[in-house]
Amino acid sequence: MNKLKVLAVFILISAFAYAGGYRVSTQSNRQLAMGHTGVAVVNSADILFFNPAGLVHLESTFSASAGGFGVFSNVAFQNSEFGTSSQTDSPMGTPVYAYASYKITDKFAVGLGIYTPFGSNVTWPTDWAGSHLVNEIELSAIFIQPTLSYQLFDSVSIGAGPIIAIGGVQFNRNAGRSLTNEQGDRSNVAVEDSGVLGYGWTAGLMFTPNDRFTFGFNYRSLINIESTEGTATFSNFPNSPLTPANGETSFTATLPLPAELTVGVSYKWDKLLLAFDYNRALWSEYESLDLTFGNGSTSINPRNYKDASTYRLGAQYEANDKLTVRAGYYFDESPVQSGFFAPETPRNDSNGYTFGFSYNINEKFAIDASLLYLQFKEINESYDFFTDPGATQPSSFGGTFKSQALIPGIGITYNM
Amino acid sequence: MKKFNLKYIALFVAAIAVVSCDPELENPIDEAGVYSSGTADFSKYVAVGNSLTSGYADGALYLDAQEKSFPAIMAGQMAFAGGGEFNQPLVNDNAGGLLAGGVQILPNRFVLAVGADGNPGPAVYTGQMPTTDITNNVGENLNNFGVPGAKSFHLGAPGYGNIANLPAANPYFIRFASDPNATVIADAAAANGTFFTLWIGNNDILSFATSGGVGVDQTGNLNPATYGSNDITDPNVFAGAVSGYVTALTANGAKGALVNIPDVTSIPFFTTVPSNAIPLDAATAGLVMSNPQIAGYNAGLQQAAGAGFITSTEAAQRTINFTAGQNFMLMEDEDLTDLSALGLPNLRQTNSSDLITFTSAAVIGTQADPSNPLSIIGVAVPLGDENVLTANEQAAITAAQTAYNTTLENLAAANDLAFVDARTALAQVASTGVGFNGGTLTSTYASGGGFSLDGVHPTPRGYAFTANVIIDAINEQYGSTLPRVDIGAYRSIQTSNDVN
Repeated sequence: MNKLKVLAVFILISAFAYAGGYRVSTQSNRQLAMGHTGVAVVNSADILFFNPAGLVHLESTFSASAGGFGVFSNVAFQNSEFGTSSQTDSPMGTPVYAYASYKITDKFAVGLGIYTPFGSNVTWPTDWAGSHLVNEIELSAIFIQPTLSYQLFDSVSIGAGPIIAIGGVQFNRNAGRSLTNEQGDRSNVAVEDSGVLGYGWTAGLMFTPNDRFTFGFNYRSLINIESTEGTATFSNFPNSPLTPANGETSFTATLPLPAELTVGVSYKWDKLLLAFDYNRALWSEYESLDLTFGNGSTSINPRNYKDASTYRLGAQYEANDKLTVRAGYYFDESPVQSGFFAPETPRNDSNGYTFGFSYNINEKFAIDASLLYLQFKEINESYDFFTDPGATQPSSFGGTFKSQALIPGIGITYNM
Repeated sequence: MKKFNLKYIALFVAAIAVVSCDPELENPIDEAGVYSSGTADFSKYVAVGNSLTSGYADGALYLDAQEKSFPAIMAGQMAFAGGGEFNQPLVNDNAGGLLAGGVQILPNRFVLAVGADGNPGPAVYTGQMPTTDITNNVGENLNNFGVPGAKSFHLGAPGYGNIANLPAANPYFIRFASDPNATVIADAAAANGTFFTLWIGNNDILSFATSGGVGVDQTGNLNPATYGSNDITDPNVFAGAVSGYVTALTANGAKGALVNIPDVTSIPFFTTVPSNAIPLDAATAGLVMSNPQIAGYNAGLQQAAGAGFITSTEAAQRTINFTAGQNFMLMEDEDLTDLSALGLPNLRQTNSSDLITFTSAAVIGTQADPSNPLSIIGVAVPLGDENVLTANEQAAITAAQTAYNTTLENLAAANDLAFVDARTALAQVASTGVGFNGGTLTSTYASGGGFSLDGVHPTPRGYAFTANVIIDAINEQYGSTLPRVDIGAYRSIQTSNDVN
């Protein structure tokens, strides 16, 4: 009876957790290899991120894991009406994670996780056709999450923890489509801030009705990164009272790191484990990126993101004592709506294909490797809400975009 | 067992290798064959003309605008359909002034500066000393033969680029003439282009217009050597010159485009200062009208009309009347009936068909005599011939312009060249404006986006619009598919307070 109630709770919750935008789903090599499922998969201390309720299910007294990824992601753009084209030359992104879990009793575990669930690293050629929207952006957020996990009933565990987020941003773009100084150099605004703190929380629930099925539920709250102490640098503006002065000034801006809701199920049959996760990211929080500068100018950038879903499938097979192989697939729905396709996060819907394995070096250590190939369809899109300084109507910037990302990762797992 | 593991690892590594990291578009536009040149050959484009072809703007030729000349913009688009490199006789800097042997002979460009009164207006840029010396010849391997100031017959005039002939020679052509006695057209033809644009004849009416009609309408005079700089060129002289240029440029079988001459009423130089530019309140108007000279002049006109020396229409046209509100300005008109025998000067007030030159704004409403507060120009002191382009003068311009444009259209048809109706395109900019991605291009001074601060020449955005108009005509004539440019990506006027 009790089990049915818990199941009912799962079914009642119809909106769930995360995808797209500047979210980077690379919080575990083992789980990424399985399509980044994990809310109902107890594999390692990585569960701390996917579902804190699962921490108490880890067999070892002490478990730890750490790893990282190289994000090789680029975007090609062209507009055949005007004959403009560009391709990003983005530096490698390097999301990392580290988790540790300690089982105090059979029913109670504590843990600490550090991971980087949000980020963006996009570098277009300077002064390219869309440079009034972005030349270069580097966005990062480190989450630190202390966690408690408790076995509430035989089949139900819960877990929760506060999150401290440390955000940083570098963003550079031209002030308009054609504004220059007297020498014809494009007027430019660059903002930079780091060490911005934000706070949130996460909570999860895990339901294990029998040996084969595990159900998981996780919620991670919205965290607003409110930047107030950063520096904005205005350069190449003409010497005119009609335009902002060159030099450094302050700025304020708020970037939401949206809440995520996840439900999932896993099924274990002998050496095979299958998992399905459904995520919903509450991106609709991201309505507009508004910068207010200390010199009195402002930059209003409507975003109008929508909540977006991701559907994840993963499989794991213990080939032998040493080797476990994994594969997965996910469909990631973009939160970006038509007409709001800004080239700073040029993400449309994507298909993720994942592979990976773990190799047990000995009883305590294992090496985890994964590979994600993120495939985007070519898309004709535009951003229609940029208004040049002094102009009375907005202009549209768009064309054909094609993104692609290849993300290999490597990590290590330790169990005592 | 170990072998088995290696297989998986090998598969994993292979998967990484197979997946390339560069995103590839299905139909990349930088691949050959996406844009067609039709029956034209854009491999070597040669542009011939005057200031409009050179990229001249804001009263000077300076680097930033020159790099956005309409031929340079077009060459950039032609590169998608077989076009090659495009070299211009670039000046050194963004100051824009010219030096001859280190001495400045032409002023720097205009920028929009905010004055002490808080109002923006044009001012000469002084943020940089000019460094372009005309004694430094850059005439090597050029594609752009646009010579600011050139009239139709100048392009074929030997010695037009000879520094020894200054001031009759042209300082811009001196910079790139292949030889002191070379002609512009011979140099351009020697470049052996596969495609050309020719846009010439604007100055043949424009200098007359901007001088307020001070020059002479030379229609009927077939010897341009006798013309003054502000005269209207005889249409037959124009036709003879231009047909010769077309022959020279097509001698090797090149295709090309001829661009016609826009209306002077399309440019802000003649549409910015209204003909009723004098605001008066009732008291001041009364004070002006109490001047016995005005009463005497008006009475004299009635007597002259009564005696049949002038029509009653002319008497009414010449009658001076200042009232409260916006007033037409007092002016001298050489075309009025000479009544000096009666002691009456050739005065009238401006009317709505007069065009006031942009440069008149500096004198209208000021005192002709600084010590005499009653000597207000436009009220008590008449505007001169150089300030006003009268209806008669406009008619002379229109007659010549119409003849030139007919010649150009016929030449284009006879030689299977694209004919570009710039006149209609610019008239549309001036009347309703032309919408683009992010705004509307108009000919309103400074704010309209189309015209630079000299009131005559386009901004880079205006040149981009011009390039699109020409591209359209070329595509239509030759079945090519050159892409247009996004004119919103090209700048309008430049603001700066680097003006001392």
